[in-house]
Amino acid sequence: MADINIRKVAKAYGKTQVVHGIDLDILDREFIVILGPSGCGKSTLLRMIAGLEAISSGEIAIDGKVVNDIEPRARGCAMVFQNYALYPHMTVAQNIGYALKVAGISRAERDQRIATVAATLDISDYLDRKPGQLSGGQRQRVAMGRAMIREPKVFLFDEPLSNLDAKLRVQMRLEIRRLHQRLNATSVFVTHDQVEAMTLADRLVVMNAGHVEQVGSAEELYERPASKYVGGFIGSPHMNFLKGQIADDGCSVVLEAGPTLPINPRIGRAAPGAAVDIGIRPEHARRTGEGANLTVRYDFLEELGNGRLFHGRVGDSDFIVQSADKTPPAFGEEIGLRIDPFHIHLFDGETGVRLQEIASVAPARTRALEPA
Amino acid sequence: MIERTPILNIVTHLILFVGLLMLMVPLYLTFTAATLTMEQISQIPPRLLPGDQLFVNIAEAWTRSDFSQKFVNSFILATGVVTGKVILAAMTAFGIVFFNHRLRMPIFWLVFITLMLPLEVRIVPTYAVAANALTPFQAILDATGLSRLIAWISGVEVHLEWNLLNSYTGLILPLVATATGTFLYRQFFLTIPDELVEAAQMDGAGPVRFLIEHLVPLSRTNIAALATIMFVYSWNQYLWPLLVVTDPSYGVVAVELGHLVPNSNSTGGGDPQWHLAMAGTLIVMVPPVLVVIFMQRWFVRGLINTDK
Ligand SMILES: Nc1ncnc2c1ncn2[C@@H]1O[C@H](COP(=O)(O)OP(=O)(O)OP(=O)(O)O)[C@@H](O)[C@H]1O
Ligand SMILES: [Mg+2]
Repeated sequence: MADINIRKVAKAYGKTQVVHGIDLDILDREFIVILGPSGCGKSTLLRMIAGLEAISSGEIAIDGKVVNDIEPRARGCAMVFQNYALYPHMTVAQNIGYALKVAGISRAERDQRIATVAATLDISDYLDRKPGQLSGGQRQRVAMGRAMIREPKVFLFDEPLSNLDAKLRVQMRLEIRRLHQRLNATSVFVTHDQVEAMTLADRLVVMNAGHVEQVGSAEELYERPASKYVGGFIGSPHMNFLKGQIADDGCSVVLEAGPTLPINPRIGRAAPGAAVDIGIRPEHARRTGEGANLTVRYDFLEELGNGRLFHGRVGDSDFIVQSADKTPPAFGEEIGLRIDPFHIHLFDGETGVRLQEIASVAPARTRALEPA
Repeated sequence: MIERTPILNIVTHLILFVGLLMLMVPLYLTFTAATLTMEQISQIPPRLLPGDQLFVNIAEAWTRSDFSQKFVNSFILATGVVTGKVILAAMTAFGIVFFNHRLRMPIFWLVFITLMLPLEVRIVPTYAVAANALTPFQAILDATGLSRLIAWISGVEVHLEWNLLNSYTGLILPLVATATGTFLYRQFFLTIPDELVEAAQMDGAGPVRFLIEHLVPLSRTNIAALATIMFVYSWNQYLWPLLVVTDPSYGVVAVELGHLVPNSNSTGGGDPQWHLAMAGTLIVMVPPVLVVIFMQRWFVRGLINTDK
């Protein structure tokens, strides 16, 4: 059992505020991924949970117990570091068993537990090697073993996969998820890779400049981004944004580039004349000959293998259309698009906050409304 | 990189060879001189081929200088300095690098300043302190009026005294108290990634454990280097032992060697006995050379086993 409650936690180095009053409740056995761009304070938050960084203000409780003044070793957390941080002068076995040695556990029991962990991670053959004699993936496993052996309540991962090649990263990702399930621990995983985040997480925490922008499942974040920032951050290729104004009838948006797009009539707070940003995902812009409500001036094509990205411009903004269409238009040609009102995300033009539907529609219902 | 520069190769080898000559010729002359008899060494032109008197001369030099005792003393001095230095420097650097406290920078600068004040520069005050190691404390007590207070309360006159002259402690301590080792460690400790420190913290290792189980093993090549340098340095100490030791039973080899080198005092106007001086030099050179050779294997091993 270990839930983590983070209450108004802030961190400042001298006068620079790095983390601004974060509130977050992590449930027992949950896999939380903290996602955000470089420098947004992800590691700082994680390190405050671990106890490696002092908390400037606010409170962190693990398992109901406030840990602000508790040393790292007493918090019951284990951490996997980005560069693995294996002890170079110790063998793999010694690395894995070090925490037990410090805890004063007998040699026999230690050896037995090291063997179990090594077998789980498939590193039994390397137990006598030094970290310098291992490949990146093997080191990664040793680092995991070192964290696992203590059977911690909480696993903390700080971008542990960023030094691996693409294939290994996918494989380790699955193994981490599998281990999480088997060990019944709570995991907090920091990354700036959204694919990694979406595949691993029960819930994602999107951070931006020391603030939490949104917390939710991958699906929620994708379908109902709480802000323009999250909309642009989640999803690949990224969301297209166009500036506009709510029309007088309140049911459509007049884009700066000219065209008028109908919007979901249930969106509230859409006062006529209000400046908004609309977000359209590339995969939701469908090429069509007739009934087009938006046109894109075509620039170039990006081939993905399973689809194509047509890059173009709407007015002064870049616009990407994802499509399986094989026929590339001529350079400068206008592509006709049909945008479904339910696929238009509306964000406040000033604050970037999502304009919500009036009745909060359950996710299942939202999906039912959308055309296949 | 493939380079074809035959002329440059020849030039560099020539320079190396000249350097080698400059090193080896004095050594060779020392060795030959140590193998000759009194008559052979005084002959002109000087003889450049070795004679057969090496062991005779060595035995003579050994007994005349009482080297049995002096070697023991020098070993005590050198091992004392090496041990003290390796431990003290490691701990100072540990304190400076890994702890974020208010005294960190002041201590760092104090240590740094001593780099500019080697023993030779501050030899007079150091001698005064060695004569009574508690002088500074006495001075503090006197200056703050505490000694008068104590005298007034208890009627006891405070008079602190701890004489270090003619003792191993007096020989060793001032040589330990220099900053070189601290800097060597500091530079190395600064290269240790923060993550490693934090990993140990997460594993539950406290500062002492971290020092002993991580820093010491990681710095073993540094320790070997420092130990070698300090051994040779303290083995070759001349000025400080000359000052602080008057009792011959605490004499060290370098000073004693000075007595073997002929001057009008030691020969009393007689013939200069260079063959004995050179034989003595040969013996005195052996331990540092052995230490360097032995420790060199260590460096190399440390370099081959590069731990990433
Ligand atoms: N010791 C420090 N002193 C001052 N500022 C710091 C310190 N450590 C981190 N920062 C600042 O805090 C901010 C957040 O750092 P943090 O390491 O948490 O970023 P991050 O989100 O983990 O980024 P990355 O993805 O690059 O690891 C950065 O802007 C960084 O410059
Ligand atoms: Mg980071």
